[in-house]
Amino acid sequence: MTLDTAWAVRWIRASAAVISEHRVELITLDRDIGDGDHGENLDRGFSAVLPKLDDLADDATPADALKLVATTLISTVGGAAGPLYGTAYLKAAGAIAGQAELDGAAIVALLTAARDGVVLRGKAAPGDKTMVDAWTPAVDAAAAALSNGSDEAGILDAAATAAEGGARATEPLVAHKGRASYLGERAIGHRDPGAQSSALLLRAAADTATDA
Amino acid sequence: MKKLINDPRRVVEEAVAGFEAAHGDLVAVSHDPIYIARKDAPRQGKVALVSGGGSGHEPLHGGFVGFGMLDAAVPGPVFTSPTPDPILAATKAVDGGAGVLHIVKNYTGDVLNFETAADLAAADGIDVQTVIVDDDVAVKDSLYTAGRRGVAGTVLVEKIAGAAAERGDDLASVAAIATRVNSVTRSMGVALTPCVVPHAGEPSFTLADDEIEIGIGIHGEPGRERIKIEPADAIVDRILAPIVDDLPFASGDRVLLFVNGLGGTPQVELYIVFRRAAEALAERGITVSRTLVGNFVTSLEMQGMSITVMRLDDELEQLWDAPVQTAALRWGR
Repeated sequence: MTLDTAWAVRWIRASAAVISEHRVELITLDRDIGDGDHGENLDRGFSAVLPKLDDLADDATPADALKLVATTLISTVGGAAGPLYGTAYLKAAGAIAGQAELDGAAIVALLTAARDGVVLRGKAAPGDKTMVDAWTPAVDAAAAALSNGSDEAGILDAAATAAEGGARATEPLVAHKGRASYLGERAIGHRDPGAQSSALLLRAAADTATDA
Repeated sequence: MKKLINDPRRVVEEAVAGFEAAHGDLVAVSHDPIYIARKDAPRQGKVALVSGGGSGHEPLHGGFVGFGMLDAAVPGPVFTSPTPDPILAATKAVDGGAGVLHIVKNYTGDVLNFETAADLAAADGIDVQTVIVDDDVAVKDSLYTAGRRGVAGTVLVEKIAGAAAERGDDLASVAAIATRVNSVTRSMGVALTPCVVPHAGEPSFTLADDEIEIGIGIHGEPGRERIKIEPADAIVDRILAPIVDDLPFASGDRVLLFVNGLGGTPQVELYIVFRRAAEALAERGITVSRTLVGNFVTSLEMQGMSITVMRLDDELEQLWDAPVQTAALRWGR
């Protein structure tokens, strides 16, 4: 199927739905090793995006839709997640600027730019028990799927699956960034909420690329 | 958990509206985006001070807006940093042409949102400098953590930097004073009970009836260790030692001793704490020459307290004594 602006909008709507559905789960994960606001803040941010989607111009590109998400999240989410996700969507939009339809290479560029945005803003490295631990395997898996000849949906599915694995793999880690870093070894055994929400958003991207 | 609220989602809006109604002589409130500014802002030619952070720590920061302290405070949702928009709006509203100092507690969310707002303000031609407060010795400052947290010492930074701005210091000088205060200030806290964030409805952590958390953060983040409750004097000794050892404070030093309540501990207990803390400092040859006792940087209804010690010199003492007129701190005018 074609990954155009209609897909980007479906992905965003599905993101809002999945975050709302998992709001309590994300709050609980964050309460274990942070301050318990991650689900609340992301839900507030994506809920604020939804009404704005109706205002997208008829000739809006996927990049325009992602930029709308970026600016809305930056201005509504707060906490660390607002600037981190906002930067991710902003850089992702920049990587696909002007393209009406996204091919596999564009999807990989989008994911790579998003990950680089998170790293730029948060200065976390893989293994620090952050969002980066979901995004980095996702980017690697997407690039591998592209070179193996997968279609766009296959690339997104590979990215989502790797992100889910990456989120699970944060459980045994000690955190080196964010509030969880104050816990030292007490963070071991808990999944990073940012990595988990990242995996949810990437799964929404994959699901909306195969449905419809 | 019983709370005096109407709607968990409107806690900050309604509290800020109440603050405006109570202190309209000192502050002017913007409701969209939400920030609290000095009534007479912007003051032309004076460096403006803007701070902010999650709500739930009152009177920090809104209670410190006024003459001799902050020009604006930006309250975020409970325990969540404000977004860049209101920080930017507040920064623009109070800039009197001499630049703006952002005073930011060292929490990842606060730092990232203030950093983004400072970038946007700079793009609008406003000179912004940022001072990060990180006085909490409970957290190891290393490459492997987000660094020390900014806690009760923030009040001292805001008061002294505010006095420096009021006497006419330029932006670089006010930033330097704020940085100096942070560098000679150390804090550590202890929690007897957790607190409940209104929209979460459940405690952010659990403590058994006979347990306390040593080194608690102001959002209920765990600290160094969890131990059985002890007499007040033993708890004071337990948290004062790492504070003194960290700077380190030494015999002959002159200090400000600040005992801060976390919201749910009565004043009578804070004074029991103060009594021992002052005594323990005296035993080390450290002179307490300025004091502050009360609920200034709280964690909702958490029971507990923090101790902050700041090393004074003549200039810091003068700036501490300078007049201040805010809702929560007022003397000299």
